[in-house]
Amino acid sequence: MKRILLSAFAAGFGTIAIAETAPSDVTFGDYGQVEMSVSGAAGDPAAGREIMANRGKGNCIACHQVTALEEFPFHGEVGPSLDGAGSRWEESDLRGIVTNAKMTFPESVMPAFYMVDGFIRPGNGYTGKAAEGPLDPILTAQEIEDVVAYLMTLQD
Amino acid sequence: MKKTLLSASAVCLAMAVPFGSVMADENADLIINGELEITVRAPAPAHMEGSGISEIMSGWVFRATETQAFEMDDFENPGMIFTEAAIDAWNTVEGEAGESCASCHGTPEDMAGVSAVYPRWNEGAGEVRTMTTQINDCRTEQMGAEAWDYDKNDMLNMQALLASVSRGMPVDVAIDGPAAETWEMGRELYYTRTGQLDLSCANCHEQNYGNLIRADHLSQGMINGFPTYRLNNARLNGVHSRFRGCVRDTRAETYSVGSPEFVALELYVASRGNGLSVEGPSVRN
Repeated sequence: MKRILLSAFAAGFGTIAIAETAPSDVTFGDYGQVEMSVSGAAGDPAAGREIMANRGKGNCIACHQVTALEEFPFHGEVGPSLDGAGSRWEESDLRGIVTNAKMTFPESVMPAFYMVDGFIRPGNGYTGKAAEGPLDPILTAQEIEDVVAYLMTLQD
Repeated sequence: MKKTLLSASAVCLAMAVPFGSVMADENADLIINGELEITVRAPAPAHMEGSGISEIMSGWVFRATETQAFEMDDFENPGMIFTEAAIDAWNTVEGEAGESCASCHGTPEDMAGVSAVYPRWNEGAGEVRTMTTQINDCRTEQMGAEAWDYDKNDMLNMQALLASVSRGMPVDVAIDGPAAETWEMGRELYYTRTGQLDLSCANCHEQNYGNLIRADHLSQGMINGFPTYRLNNARLNGVHSRFRGCVRDTRAETYSVGSPEFVALELYVASRGNGLSVEGPSVRN
């Protein structure tokens, strides 16, 4: 029912761009899940796949093993394997974890990929110098959605 | 036949993997020049109780077999070349007082054991001194010479020389008494998550040592092998510069090389290695 309503809504207002949610305005559920797309649009799993492996973007395989990404060398062991992640989790759970994993796992070492404040000594990228002005999130809203869409393709 | 083929292909695969990746022999023992035994595994010091680490390990343990081999023979260890330049500096008179290091301290070998106990509280100065600040104090106050830059060539060469004459001796850094306050500050820094990646030293080097992070094999972050010759940049590296690189990689504003924060962190991290051998100049990737 909810889906039908949403579809009707989208159809009715199809010409109006749906605003993305700023990092500080993301609403987390009780278990750290994020229900709504943070970009307001659907994710592109093919783009998400690239972000997963790109060292300058998500670099998810720095810490996670993903069998479907074996063409990219050197998968880390710090976090759990993401094989089957799309079967184990709801999309909203994965969105919450990628946005800020500590809302789901408070002790996690995983960085928050869509967060811009609350850090100790935030830097200006990887320069070692102090940040100048407001931070950009590590991933954009659409990149978050792309990664989530890709993770949903990782089925058992 | 099938087995032979499999073995052959395994060898080929192994050789395609670059330095520092997955091939560490974590059970290897380090004996330098066939005679100098280096303690690369030891029981964790008492202050690490509750850290989850019961055995402390030198970073050498986590390196690839080829990288490990560099350190097993002084003629293969590129870091040892720099100690020769430092021997010249040791014997060179510099400054208004007309003194060299040798004037007061004799031979470099007479300094055996010094590197093992630094950083160390200096009562006269009322502060914790690193080898760097102590050497520079000698240069400016005793010799009337210019201070050397922190973590730069002259200083790292001399530290490599002084570490080399202490190799095999156990790191034994004092953390109590007047050093305790600085040590506590260092401990606090070790467990503080910084930067946009929100990572502490402990996140990687206490919780995840032994795991791969991309192609890097995470060590316990021990500093008993400093100064360290890195194959990555082909030179000696100082402790604070290494700290700086790690903190930078958390997308944080780093502390400065030589800052009170890094002096405190050096004391704390050194104390986590109490019981390992002094190993500098070590070789890492």
